[in-house]
Amino acid sequence: MSKIDAGAGSQAGAQAAAGAGAAGSQKGARATSRTSAKVIDRIATGVFYVVAAFFILLLASITAYILYKGALAASPELLSFVGDGVGIQLFNTVYLVFLSLLVTMPVGIMTGLFMAEYAGSGFFVAITRTCIEALSSLPSIIVGLFGFLVFIQMTHSKWSLWAGSLSLAIINVPLIARTTEDAMRSVPRSYYDGSIALGASRWQTVTHVLLKASIPRIITGMILAAGRGFGEAAVLLYTSGMSSDVNFHDWNPLSPTSPLNPLRSADTLSVRIWSLKTEGIAANSQQIADLAAAILILLVFVFSLGSRALGRRLQKRMLSGN
Amino acid sequence: METETCVQTSALNLYYSDFQALRSVSLAIPRKHITALIGPSGCGKSSFLKVLNRMTDLIDHCRVEGQVLLADEDIYAAAVDPIMLRKRVGMVFQKPNPFPMSIYDNIAYGPRLHGQKGKHQLDEIVEKSLAAAALWEETKDRLKKSALSLSGGQQQRLSIARALAVEPELLLMDEPTSALDPISTGKIEELVFELKRSYTIIIVTHNMQQAVRISDMTGFFLLGELVEFANTNNMFTAPQDKRTEDYITGRFG
Ligand SMILES: Nc1ncnc2c1ncn2[C@@H]1O[C@H](COP(=O)(O)OP(=O)(O)O)[C@@H](O)[C@H]1O
Ligand SMILES: [Mg+2]
Repeated sequence: MSKIDAGAGSQAGAQAAAGAGAAGSQKGARATSRTSAKVIDRIATGVFYVVAAFFILLLASITAYILYKGALAASPELLSFVGDGVGIQLFNTVYLVFLSLLVTMPVGIMTGLFMAEYAGSGFFVAITRTCIEALSSLPSIIVGLFGFLVFIQMTHSKWSLWAGSLSLAIINVPLIARTTEDAMRSVPRSYYDGSIALGASRWQTVTHVLLKASIPRIITGMILAAGRGFGEAAVLLYTSGMSSDVNFHDWNPLSPTSPLNPLRSADTLSVRIWSLKTEGIAANSQQIADLAAAILILLVFVFSLGSRALGRRLQKRMLSGN
Repeated sequence: METETCVQTSALNLYYSDFQALRSVSLAIPRKHITALIGPSGCGKSSFLKVLNRMTDLIDHCRVEGQVLLADEDIYAAAVDPIMLRKRVGMVFQKPNPFPMSIYDNIAYGPRLHGQKGKHQLDEIVEKSLAAAALWEETKDRLKKSALSLSGGQQQRLSIARALAVEPELLLMDEPTSALDPISTGKIEELVFELKRSYTIIIVTHNMQQAVRISDMTGFFLLGELVEFANTNNMFTAPQDKRTEDYITGRFG
């Protein structure tokens, strides 16, 4: 609210300044150009405030609406981990993103490390970089269908958490590779020289010093990648599937209905919302979807706040050692 | 009195592509003494240091000719591993460059690379190295804190301690005080002076008073050439070469 007031206030200020500018224009040309620069500056500032306020308001109202609808729909039964309860999808979402990061992070980091430190700047790297960029801008549904073809049809298997995780990794590996490469390239050259001068090999220098110095930025990349996973539906529809058959009393990862079994099919919150909205026939489809949406928003919120705090802690530890 | 030679170069030439940065440099650095290298910017002092620990290997289009003997061993011989060489020849840079990790981990970095894993031994090395760099008292209660939380002068002493932790035979210092305030500079000079009991030190400096204060021998470089190499007192009181005299009396550079 105070943002909006500030915006309005500075706009009024801009108008006043515009008036002053008009009056000033009768004096020398030099003074005029200086005043008009000031006026433009004020107007621009005002415009930015208004635009920012508009988007904050938009975001706040959408979030509030979704949480409100979710709260209306909430019931102990829908919040549970059995039957229609969205607890199942909450677990699936977190677990699938976790599995996906397990693949994405090492592959992405190794790729970025290779591009930053070993690949040089030749033709081959240029091609690799173009491919990676193309990969990261592929439409999700294409990646989803590709994953279906490769991980499911070609392996003669069924929808599974693994297939979903791997497909999601296709989208996220380029992001992590890029983040890692940028982070490593921005590490000061003096760290590199210092380590080499102590008798470290290049590989030791890269892994012990450069990579360590890059961790805070790589974590930021991981947050973005996870966020993408939480919200993704198109990639997962045909890979991890649209249903779950789980028993939350069975934690043996090998049993077919165990929550931990990576080979079972699993619908995430986003996928559930999508399927309820397109083909839900149950009387309470609408309520379940509302609740799932609210939980998804909360999950994203908690996750980004948590990981940001973690990132800041790490950064602070590196810089001051607290 | 005869002193032992630590490192000796003969007819050393260094080229960056076509540009010759060192011209037939021959000198013998005495063991457990401080040798200062002076000369105007761009005359090849840093290049000379980089030859001695083969940091020149990292520079594209850089070619070294001639011979460098460290304890009578040719360091450019095919059998020499540059990594093992750099363990024997430590280097401290112009700008302090602690790694973004704890004080302890900075010092333990080198010994760990070279296979030292024991917690007890590492603790000992860390204490010994920090003490040798006159930094132990200031840091013993905060070893787990980031090295980047230290002041510039402390960071430079940390860089020195880190180099000492691998027990080099020869310590190269490239203008180690040029980024520091006078008080920190004084502390580093004192420290360097102390270190010559156990180490051979080559220090590049822009500051001629500094060379006079701490060094036993001084080499004067000009345009890639070693113009004069002599006992520091002799060099500054009775330079043999006209160009040395012009430089130390401030007539150019
Ligand atoms: N990596 C490099 N590539 C090309 N020329 C270089 C490089 N490093 C130094 N030089 C040149 O070599 C000469 C000597 O440089 P340097 O050894 O750094 O001098 P000093 O340390 O005495 O100031 C300078 O002319 C410098 O421009
Ligand atoms: Mg230099």
